[in-house]
This record gives sequence, structure tokens and C-alpha cells, in this order.
Amino acid sequence: MSDAEAVQSRSQTPTDARRGSPRSALFGNLGVGLLLPLTLALGWELAVSAGLSNGRLVPPPSRIWLTLVDLWKTGDLLKHILATLGRVGAGFALGALAGTILGAISGAVPIFRRLTDPLFQGLRSVPSIAWVPLFILWFGIFEAPKVTLIAVGVFFPVYLGVMGAIQSVDRKLIEVGRMFRLGRTEMMRRILLPAILPSWAIALRSGLGLGFMFVVAAEFMGASEGLGYLLVDGQQLGKPDQIVAAIIVFAMLGKLWDGILVAVTAPLLAWQDTARAEL
Amino acid sequence: MLTLERLSKTYVGGNVALKDVSLTLKPGEIVAMVGGSGCGKTTLLRLVAGLDAPTQGSVAVDEAIITAPNEAIGLIFQEPRLLPWLTVADNIAFGLSGLAKDEQKARVDFALHRVGLDGYNDRWPRQLSGGQAQRVAISRALAPEPKVLLLDEPFSALDAFTRASLHEHLLALWEAKRPTLLIVTHDVEEAVALADRVIVMQPHPGRIFAEIAIDSDRPRDPLSDEFLALKRRILKALDGSLAEARAATAKTDQPAAAAWW
Repeated sequence: MSDAEAVQSRSQTPTDARRGSPRSALFGNLGVGLLLPLTLALGWELAVSAGLSNGRLVPPPSRIWLTLVDLWKTGDLLKHILATLGRVGAGFALGALAGTILGAISGAVPIFRRLTDPLFQGLRSVPSIAWVPLFILWFGIFEAPKVTLIAVGVFFPVYLGVMGAIQSVDRKLIEVGRMFRLGRTEMMRRILLPAILPSWAIALRSGLGLGFMFVVAAEFMGASEGLGYLLVDGQQLGKPDQIVAAIIVFAMLGKLWDGILVAVTAPLLAWQDTARAEL
Repeated sequence: MLTLERLSKTYVGGNVALKDVSLTLKPGEIVAMVGGSGCGKTTLLRLVAGLDAPTQGSVAVDEAIITAPNEAIGLIFQEPRLLPWLTVADNIAFGLSGLAKDEQKARVDFALHRVGLDGYNDRWPRQLSGGQAQRVAISRALAPEPKVLLLDEPFSALDAFTRASLHEHLLALWEAKRPTLLIVTHDVEEAVALADRVIVMQPHPGRIFAEIAIDSDRPRDPLSDEFLALKRRILKALDGSLAEARAATAKTDQPAAAAWW
């Protein structure tokens, strides 16, 4: 018995230590991960201020920061951010809507899937930039081709995600719906759609990610405002600090909106009993 | 009340799961169906539920022929099959969407009280144990007040203690409106504890082999002589049902084996 006790008390200490550890491990990892970029940035900053390099092609962090502050003060930065967000928002809304509807029909109606899915799969493998000339011819050079291009980018992951999710809904739950005499639309609303919500949320996230990628391609095709325009402008006028500043803003916007999407869909997924729910 | 008329089911590929099963259940009667695997118990329930169509014969509730799931018939599956995105209360109210909200709530609270889950309204299915989930499933099937409730080995995944308490909860809910119950089980004790009549099935193809009536009042003491005698009778009948099938396969096997050699 004393042996058992000893074993227990011995095993208790590491368990307690481990219980406290995930959080500190997370911060530890974050700290370790930040070490290299911070050191490089600081090193570059020092190298430029010591005169080892003029930092013209690779601006030091302080200059990028100043550029960001300047752009913000003149109001230009906000204007560009809003332009880009507007395009992503409109394209995401259209693409996600179309992807959800067509994906749901394809998943639920086999004949429709056999008819349309090969076409969509073929179109999916077309590189985004390949659409640009065509869309400019069709829709002109203003907002329409840009929004369309982003919508195309968002459409495919959402379409694929929704279609796959509907096909993998548990047959046993569908039988519950049949026992309660649900019709086609009721079955969709009360069984299929709730069942695919988790996959739908993930599909929307990857769609939004692609939306942010496609907006750059869209703004390269000749925009007078937007973060993509800042990139092109920085290249043409030889302002690498402006390019890096725009890239940083892109990174922050993408992360921010992904976080917002996760937060908005979280309450819909409170019922989940999966590893993901714990993360 | 519930009438099965020469019900037969042959699956694609020629497997005869059920052959000429005729059975009439009285209102409020509890009938248990026992039999070894392959005697078509689950097939029979799916036909009665209207989930599958019979090859021949018919199912009727009060003269109305059943060809599709019907509001007069409820089904409890082997697993709880709760919808994970609905709370316990919403799961029970799933078949009540035609009723007013307060009537729905009243029925949900009544059912939860009868199965001993007061206050569980807002829990998620993932937070329930296996026995609790099956109690919610029973409540969901009974909430629309069907005339006939079918149960497909509903307690087979549970331990003996949970099963015994679930029998009580089932009877407590049944007591309220006294629907006709048809329970498929492979647990002879369960059949004797619940049923007014036990049907012993015979496999290959599934047929009715014997019928044993039980008159005593519920709850029944599983240690009483009467209970044990009934159990023995049913086990004997089951043995007989299988013996005939065994003899039949032995007979058909021999020439085949001879031809093989």
C-alpha cells in the first residue's frame, strides 16, 4: 500500500507540472518563434544606422514604420484599406453565396452533380491571373472585373467544402428526418444544413483566405486605390518601404478578418463534440 | 390496430429476409419479438415504419395502409441518433413543429420528468451518457404521441443496470397514452419483463415460430418462479426455432458437399 502511495505521489508532481504547461509552452513557443525575426529586424536596423548599408532596397523597420504613419496621417492608408476591404467583401459575399447554393444542390442531387461537377472541377484548375484579360474585356476596367475575380476565387473552396460535407452527412440522421416525415426543403433546413455547419465554416475561412490573395491580382489589373495599388505604385516609384508596409497591412487584415469569421461562426458550432471544439 | 398481412421482403440479390409474417396487435398491447440473427427482425421494423417497402403483403394502422413514414408510427433506433446540434429539449420537440410553443414546452417537460431528466432541457447531446441519450430518444419518439411505437433493440448497447432502469422509464412514458409497442430484442429477459406477448422468430427466411402470452401485471419480479418459467419457455422455443434451421442447412449442405468432393 505504501508502495502504491509512493507511486501516486511521485506521479502527481509531473502531472501537475504538465497541467500548467500547455499555456506556458504556447507563450514559450511564441517567444521562441519571435526570436529570429526580431533579431534580424534589430540587426538590420543597427546595420543601417551604423552606415554598413544605405537600406534603400531593403528598408529598415523604423523607415517602414514611418511610412505607415505617414500614409495613415494623410488618410491614404485608410482609403486604400477600405477600397481593398470593399472589394474582398463584395467578392466574398457573391462567391460564398454561389458556392454554398451550388455546392448544396450538387451534394444533394446526384444528377445535378454529374452534370455540373466536371465543368467546375475543370474551371477550378485555371490559374486566377488567366481570367484577368477576359474579365477586363467583359466587364471593363473598374470594380466589376475585380469583384468577379475575387468571387471566382472564393467560390471554389466553398463549393467543394459544402458539396463534400453534404455527401458525408450521416445516413442515420437522415433516417431520423424521414421518420419525422420531413420533405426535401425541410430535410435541407433541419438536418443537412446544420450537419454541415462545421465544414461550411472551414470552407468559408479558406474562401476568405483566397479572396485576400485574389484581391491583389485584381488590383494589379489597374486600380487607382487599394493595397494592391500601393504595391504597384511602390514598385514603379522605387519605394520598397511602401511595398513592405502594404504587405504588413495585408497580413494584419487577413488575420483580423479570419479571426472575425471564426468568432462569428463559433456560437453556431457550440454543440460540436470533436477535437476541434477543444482547440 | 396494427396489422401485418402476409408481410414478405426479398432483398435485391434474392436474400429472403422475411416470409409471410402475419400479426395483429391490439391497442395498448406490448409485443416483444425475439430471435437469432438473420430472422428479419430489423427488416420487419423498417417495413412497419415505412422506411422500406415490402416485396409482398401490407402493413396497416387502423385500416390505413402504411407505405411511407406516418405520424401514427414512431421508431426508436438501436442508437439514440440525437441530432447533435439541437439541445435535449429541441431534440424532443423535433417532431412537434406543428404545435404551439407552450404546448411543445409542456410536452418536453413532461417527457423529461417521466424519464428522470428534469432540468436537462438545455444540455447538448454530447454531454449525456449512453443511457441518458437513449432516454431522450425515447422521449423524442413518444412526444408526438404516436399510436404505435417501434423499438429496434433499443437497450442492447447498455449495461444491465441501465437497461433495467430504462425499462421503468419506458413504461412510465408508455403509461401516459398507452400506445401499442412492438419491441425487437435479442434479450429474453427484456421480452419477459415488458411484453404482453412474445413472438419467437425463426431465421432463413424470417418467419414466426411461436407465440407466448404473458398475463401477469407489470412490474414483474425477475426472480419469481413465473418469470423464470417464462424465460425457460422462450429460450426453449428459440432453441427449437434454430434447431429446425440447423437441420435444414445440414440437409442442403450434404449434397453440395458431396458434389464438391
